[in-house]
Amino acid sequence: MSKTLFQKIWDAHKVKQLPDGTYLVYIDRVFLHERTGSIALQSLAETGRKVRHPDQVFCTMDHIVDTFPGRGDETVMPSGKDFIQATRKEAKAAGITLFDIGDERQGIAHVISPELGIVQPGLTLVCPDSHTCTQGALGAAAWGIGSSEAEHAMATQTLRINKPKLMRVWFEGELNSSVTAKDMILHLISKFGAHGGAGHAIEFAGPAVEALSIEARMTLCNMAVEFAAFTGLVAPDQKTIDYLQGRPYAPKGEQWDTAVEYWHNLRTDEDALFDTEIKIDVADIEPTITWGTSPQHACGISQTVPELNTLASEDARTAATRALAYQDLKSGDKLLGLKIDCAFIGSCTNSRIEDLRKAAAILAGKKVATHVKAICVPGSQQVKAAAEREGLHQVFLDAGFEWRESGCSMCFYAGGEHFGKQQRVLSTSNRNFESRQGPETRTHLASPETVAASAIYGCITDPRAVPRSDR
Amino acid sequence: MKAFTTHCGIAAPLLRINIDTDAIIPSREMRRVSKKGLGEGLFASWRYVMPDSRELNPDFILNKPEYANTTVLLAGNNFGCGSSREHAVWALAEYGIRAIIAPSFGAIFYQNCMRNGILPVVLSNEAVMQLSDETLQDPQHLKLKIDLQEQKVESPHGLKFEFDIETGSKEMLLNGLDSIGVTLQHEKEISAFEQQVRKQHSWLYLQN
Repeated sequence: MSKTLFQKIWDAHKVKQLPDGTYLVYIDRVFLHERTGSIALQSLAETGRKVRHPDQVFCTMDHIVDTFPGRGDETVMPSGKDFIQATRKEAKAAGITLFDIGDERQGIAHVISPELGIVQPGLTLVCPDSHTCTQGALGAAAWGIGSSEAEHAMATQTLRINKPKLMRVWFEGELNSSVTAKDMILHLISKFGAHGGAGHAIEFAGPAVEALSIEARMTLCNMAVEFAAFTGLVAPDQKTIDYLQGRPYAPKGEQWDTAVEYWHNLRTDEDALFDTEIKIDVADIEPTITWGTSPQHACGISQTVPELNTLASEDARTAATRALAYQDLKSGDKLLGLKIDCAFIGSCTNSRIEDLRKAAAILAGKKVATHVKAICVPGSQQVKAAAEREGLHQVFLDAGFEWRESGCSMCFYAGGEHFGKQQRVLSTSNRNFESRQGPETRTHLASPETVAASAIYGCITDPRAVPRSDR
Repeated sequence: MKAFTTHCGIAAPLLRINIDTDAIIPSREMRRVSKKGLGEGLFASWRYVMPDSRELNPDFILNKPEYANTTVLLAGNNFGCGSSREHAVWALAEYGIRAIIAPSFGAIFYQNCMRNGILPVVLSNEAVMQLSDETLQDPQHLKLKIDLQEQKVESPHGLKFEFDIETGSKEMLLNGLDSIGVTLQHEKEISAFEQQVRKQHSWLYLQN
């Protein structure tokens, strides 16, 4: 019988169907971080339970840890140190692999898991973080869970879940210059709503997805959760195999050959059926930016904030009214030229080396507008080191950006680090919720190129209009 | 886990769509390595006049006297979307919320509710509106009754709505069962499966 990619992974991990119709699904990898990992490990130990396979559990310090140079266990977040130290203690006691502060492998979970080859095609991976779907870009079934589910996965190596419905989002056509995977996913969510993918495992496919680099596919999959999807994934291809080869946790020798042979079969059969199919021509997409407080509040950069009567439902109009008041905008306002206070390049969406290269190509030889506070947070210590080897850090620093250590905290105001009250932040992150990057901050989501271009002019700027340099 | 059988309680409408877990509990409110001590941070950005202050915002619905002791939330589409933080559910539980009725939920949030004794009830938008319209006339007295065994929500004026729930999760909620314990009843099958996958996909398990 013809099967979709997700169905193949599902079938290979289905331990059994339970009497109520849910399934026990085998979990190959669990990834933890210090904010909820500490609680999950502690709670497991308190109930006298053990981690079933410590060698299949990994943990990083990314959520609360400072991004300031010279950081240690002390963080801006009140009591942040307690989370860090509890995680270290519990990880050691449980015998799991920890990428601690100071470890050259440390970084944001969804950046380092692919980087180290921990996530691989066809496996199941869960992490108590909603953006775990990022890792689906490698052809794995990877999804976010809560802390209790993390305890369950560690204790039993399984989860009890419903089989999600299957959706394929088919991207065809050719991307215009300065249009990226970030613009593709924002475009999709704005078109079909933040609830559009609910209950579905979404396969991103089509020529425009095949043309994307592995890192760009991660950006695409990263925001599947903002579309309310169970997860997002892309079928592995030669690019995926090339990406994984030689990475520390990737198979080696004969094991590699066996794995590659298996990975080659991990694709949707030609006549396999999906519950829902969406087709998008990427040639219609321009650099995309959010105007409100949900990722669905997005439009092309040359457009204006929509008239409320063009929105689909009463609910959507009410939400948009509130969002516009919060963002200090109104229908008909132009996004281009809107003054910004801050620029942020980082987060599990856009903090990989390619993102930094794209931003740097725009920033090279230019200066950030004097009124703009600009921060770059590389996604991992390895990304940071690579950028420094290429001299990208100097481009950011010369332009007036702060150059930080890897972590999540500037992305979601982990209690300490934040942009100021009512500051308008142009951000490469994934959420523009109220107060997401600090009390009453006004976040606009965009690609690294759009953020870099806007930082220079001090207002929302179309990256297509900015000359770039190859340095 | 606290069992859920039937519950009769005061219902508050928070009918916005896409209420995310950052709004349910902001990041700055998760201060201790614990599942406890989070109730005070519930809806902190809306509930208090200033971030980090504890001065109540009189305009926020749960602070209004007619909604004192609310135990049921009526919400819009996609309630609990966003971050996976289970703290949102722990905060709701500590505040005293026992059930949330909405047209749809964030997927991770829904599971988190199930694992912590809060009943997430999926009803149509129209049903949620009807329940809201009726209860807001006198919230302290027009309480909603939720019966998990019968899978029904009833209002004092006779509205009746049935809802779906997986039988496994229903069983766990009704009896306050620990899901790990329940799953470990299948230990033999898990072990057998595990041996087979470790053989078939051996490259996945040899690297450490």
